[in-house]
Amino acid sequence: MERIIFGDNQFFAVNHISDEKSRAQSIKFKDDAAIIKTLDIAREAGVNTFMCTTHDRIANICNIIRNNPEKYHDFKIYPCMPYAHKYANAVTDLGIAGTLKQYVPGNFLGSMFKGGMAYLSKDYLSIMELLIDAEMKMFNGINTPVIFLQNVITDLLLGLGMTDFLVAFAKYIEKKYNAEAGFITMNLPKLLNELEKGGIKNPIICASINKANFRMSGGKELYEKTISEGRCRLIAMQVLGGGAIPAPEALEYVSNLPNVESILFGASSRQNIENTVQTIKYHDFKKEEQLAIA
Amino acid sequence: MVKVALIGAGKMGISHLSILGAHPSVEIAGVCDTSKMVIDVLKNYSGYNCYTDYIKMVDETKPDAVIVAVPTKFHFKMVKELLNRNIHVFTEKPFCLNPTESQELTELARQKGVVNQVGYHNKFVGTFKEVKKLVKGGFLGEITHFLGEAYGPVVIKKKSDTWRSDPNEGGGCLMDYASHVIDLINDIVAPINNCKGSILKSIYSKSVDDSVYALVSIESGVSGVISVNWSDETYRKMSTSVTIIGTEGKIVSDANELKVYFRTKNYPEGYSKGWNVKYVTELADEVNFYLRGEEYSSQIDHFIKSVQGQVNNTINTFESAWKTDQSIHLIKEQSLA
Ligand SMILES: NC(=O)c1ccc[n+]([C@@H]2O[C@H](COP(=O)([O-])OP(=O)(O)OC[C@H]3O[C@@H](n4cnc5c(N)ncnc54)[C@H](O)[C@@H]3O)[C@@H](O)[C@H]2O)c1
Repeated sequence: MERIIFGDNQFFAVNHISDEKSRAQSIKFKDDAAIIKTLDIAREAGVNTFMCTTHDRIANICNIIRNNPEKYHDFKIYPCMPYAHKYANAVTDLGIAGTLKQYVPGNFLGSMFKGGMAYLSKDYLSIMELLIDAEMKMFNGINTPVIFLQNVITDLLLGLGMTDFLVAFAKYIEKKYNAEAGFITMNLPKLLNELEKGGIKNPIICASINKANFRMSGGKELYEKTISEGRCRLIAMQVLGGGAIPAPEALEYVSNLPNVESILFGASSRQNIENTVQTIKYHDFKKEEQLAIA
Repeated sequence: MVKVALIGAGKMGISHLSILGAHPSVEIAGVCDTSKMVIDVLKNYSGYNCYTDYIKMVDETKPDAVIVAVPTKFHFKMVKELLNRNIHVFTEKPFCLNPTESQELTELARQKGVVNQVGYHNKFVGTFKEVKKLVKGGFLGEITHFLGEAYGPVVIKKKSDTWRSDPNEGGGCLMDYASHVIDLINDIVAPINNCKGSILKSIYSKSVDDSVYALVSIESGVSGVISVNWSDETYRKMSTSVTIIGTEGKIVSDANELKVYFRTKNYPEGYSKGWNVKYVTELADEVNFYLRGEEYSSQIDHFIKSVQGQVNNTINTFESAWKTDQSIHLIKEQSLA
């Protein structure tokens, strides 16, 4: 994985601290061209991986990328599925069975429902596989070396003790997409323990990691201990602690943590994008220098 | 360990179940839902004791406490059965379909001496907790007016019918959505006990209201406005906010950001004269397990700790939710007048 990864929250008005800022972002990124322009700024700054939700609008971005193969030949996308609001709204409307009927392709479910209530456990894992395929459709022909499960789902399954689904997700991503599975979580220590129990070694995990102890369930100390053990390949997200920490301080902290392979960040302006990239590179450079001296 | 059972593993229930499952002091005694598919998945993958009949579940598994997360019309009947068995109860909001039922349950819970809580999670949001502290501390001076707002994209097209589109089942924007901000105002300022005018409007729904606009007041006569619309797709998700105006200052707060203006030097520690902005990041409680907002974990934790006797059962009691049902009732009655 590249050291710096570009995220998509700013494009879809996901702002953890201010509704006003969210609205400003919705206006700014109303057109796909504005998203592409920002992605191009990130690429110019040397960031070639885009981590994004399987939001409907990403399908348009994928089209643009597919239609410009030369421009984007180095470009990678890390899809994060599912776009939970889509399913949550559908469940409100159609119920759980209705939602599955709507989103699971083919007549698989039809035949399953015909079988009355005699479900086999395996069928639920197959439903998950079909849902993954449906979410992955928009990325056809695009380089997606790592595919993530969103934190709402990862953490929901974690709390429910349904590690089987997490393990099955990882296996299917490997087998079908020849890619690595990743898990986004707000509960890094607990998730890592459960994944290891399920037989997944050294998983890719994207977690909230910041100086402010923001969304680090179990606390910063436990996080730092877990991170220092090097049991997973980590992407740090929410490094600014939802805006609680000034960027220079936040980036210095996370750049210097051991075993953090990548840093995920999002920004809308050229200045913020370039600044973030330069700051991380500066700290990495300093760290290497110190290592060389030692 | 506290033995907890769940009735209703739908959208809200499954979230409670996950938070309970990760809670170090909780043992899941059983789960009940009438959907065979939900039960089948939970049985196979979580290994819980699953039931389709809640009476059978509580009689067999003998839980200390039960979470009720079924559609609102069932709350009264089920909670009553549970209280009569001396079980601690956490029920989803709104409490009941009418304040008469809420009153009966409030009294029954008091008689039985069991822990009782309703799922108005906003009271566990860091910014709103701080708003309450500032208002109750008198830092805004005398309150003169308030505004409670909530907007979001729940019903944004004409659509199929669910329990949410049936006024007799607790559907509609007033009961299902506006109840949150009404409850919040009741807690931060004082219970709304008068409605001078209200409009319940349908926008896309056939038989229920999609928006609520009401001019209200509290016991002391302080006035307020409630403005809620669940058919507003310019919001990505529900956005709840309160504005509180006093003689010495003013607060504008949502779940993320609290803005407060102090006119004089009478401001609390950590603030200054003029505008101040605080973010939920510095106000949120740390939780042991995060699923979808600290407040959802915190409210369950509060319930469990109340059952264990570690904290007092004072937040979101049946009594407070009964008052909210009364306020809802007033606004509904006034809209028909
Ligand atoms: N606090 C909040 O923000 C919030 C959000 C959503 C819902 N709620 C409240 O939670 C409650 C449930 O709402 P929801 O959105 O989860 O609804 P839902 O329809 O998704 O879930 C209800 C579940 O209850 C089950 N059920 C119905 N009748 C039952 C019975 N007799 N016995 C056992 N199970 C039964 C259904 O099968 C379903 O799984 C409502 O009171 C609602 O107002 C609160």
